[in-house]
Amino acid sequence: MIRLLEVTKTYGTGASALSDVTLSIDKGEFVFLVGPSGSGKTTLLRLLIRDMTPTRGTITLNNVDIVSLPPGKIPQLRKQIGVVFQDLKMLMDRTIFENILLPLEMAGMDHLQAEQKVHTILKQVGIEEHAEKFPIQLSGGELQRAAIARALVFSPDILLADEPTGNLDNTTSWEIIKLLQDINKLGTTIIMATHNLDVVNSLDKRIVELEKGKLINDTKKAKEHKKGAEKGAEEEKAKETKNKDENS
Amino acid sequence: MKTAKTAWKHIRRSPYQALAAILIMMLTFLVISVFSMIVVSSSQIISYFEASPNVTAFFKEGTPQSSIDALSSSLKSTGKVSSIKFVSKQEAFKRYSSWNKNNPALLDLVNADVLPASLEISTYKIEDLDSIAKILKNSSDVSDVVFLKDVVTTLISWTDAMRKIGLALVVVLSVVSIFVMATIIGFKISQKREEIEIMRLLSATNWYIRWPFLLEGMFYGFIGAILGWLLTFGVTLYMRPYLLSFVREIPLVTLSPFFLLILLGIELLLALMLGALASFLAVLRYLK
Repeated sequence: MIRLLEVTKTYGTGASALSDVTLSIDKGEFVFLVGPSGSGKTTLLRLLIRDMTPTRGTITLNNVDIVSLPPGKIPQLRKQIGVVFQDLKMLMDRTIFENILLPLEMAGMDHLQAEQKVHTILKQVGIEEHAEKFPIQLSGGELQRAAIARALVFSPDILLADEPTGNLDNTTSWEIIKLLQDINKLGTTIIMATHNLDVVNSLDKRIVELEKGKLINDTKKAKEHKKGAEKGAEEEKAKETKNKDENS
Repeated sequence: MKTAKTAWKHIRRSPYQALAAILIMMLTFLVISVFSMIVVSSSQIISYFEASPNVTAFFKEGTPQSSIDALSSSLKSTGKVSSIKFVSKQEAFKRYSSWNKNNPALLDLVNADVLPASLEISTYKIEDLDSIAKILKNSSDVSDVVFLKDVVTTLISWTDAMRKIGLALVVVLSVVSIFVMATIIGFKISQKREEIEIMRLLSATNWYIRWPFLLEGMFYGFIGAILGWLLTFGVTLYMRPYLLSFVREIPLVTLSPFFLLILLGIELLLALMLGALASFLAVLRYLK
């Protein structure tokens, strides 16, 4: 589904944000993107929504090269990928309902249909009663839910969440994780950038670790490698046993 | 519909900027309206004078009809005259009475005997007026020659100057209003930079973001043009009786509601174009 091949991103200042990252994420996966600040997590997410282009390398989404995507097609790409931004990016002068309605309005959806969709999503994330409130009137956890609701409004195949538990207490963080897990169970691929190691270690999910722009650990690869090694060892053992039997 | 609502919200949330944009457009269209009316009216007055008798010769008291006829024939023989009309004392008094029907004091002072008979002569070309006037002045029966060439020439040069000044003013004001509006809309775009960025990240197309700003510029142009036109219309309505008595029998098209409506239509079209152009410049500059 998502393929990054030798992706490098160097900023105008010369700072390297990502360096030769090769990564493949399949449909329906839940991936934790971990690493210290400045390791390139947010850059990777921004590359996936074509908020910027890589200096080198290719990125494909469902076999479509998004690096060479013409600017006119970018809105279409962004409808396929829901994003929960680190700073949430809610419009403060609009109600939660209006914030979530906005992407549907931009897509030209029938107003009544769009309103129904927003009500459904609000119910799904559990903040239906806050629909008419402004972002400033909501708590951190409620705002995160609103941002998730907005990201889900197009029923995207992929949901990118950049530090969704960053400013939340432990209980609220787990509520958000639970919500993301529920969304993942419905088939949505989730890539979540986080610092929260408690959450990462408590769940048996794929972990992709970045450091100084380099991919230093991918549990899926490690598992595959381990599986491969175990299989090889078993085969070797079986061979040895067979040889022993033959000799005796 | 949604685009119009967004544009209206932009306008409502910064009323002083909206007022500045509308006022500059109003000023531009006030000047356009006033100069259009002056240029059209003066062109009409010139045409009227050019088509009406250009030289009037007043005869001395007691000039026999045979002398008048002889003079008339000699003028016709020049081949330069398009029409000659004899105005008798009675006809002159009739005209005087109709012009001054609302002023009985003036009517009491004058009767047909006081007014001289006259010949009203039109030429094919305005430059032939000189030679015709010379023939009339040489006649011993003619007491006075009223020669309209100078009036027309002065009027033409005035109209020409007005047209040039008007055009220059309209161009300068249009350019100023475009830049003022582009600056105002550009400022609003800058204020909404974060909102626009969020919209882009949420899959907004460029035109979804641009349209409300374009509509906003067109709205300022539209309202400015209507206000400018209304001011001109009000002044015209107020001055109509004075102007009518001043121009007398010249039928000025600029005083008719039909002309004013056509002027409004043209101005609205121009205003929408100016507004859209100003917004487009701002959008190009600030929404790359």
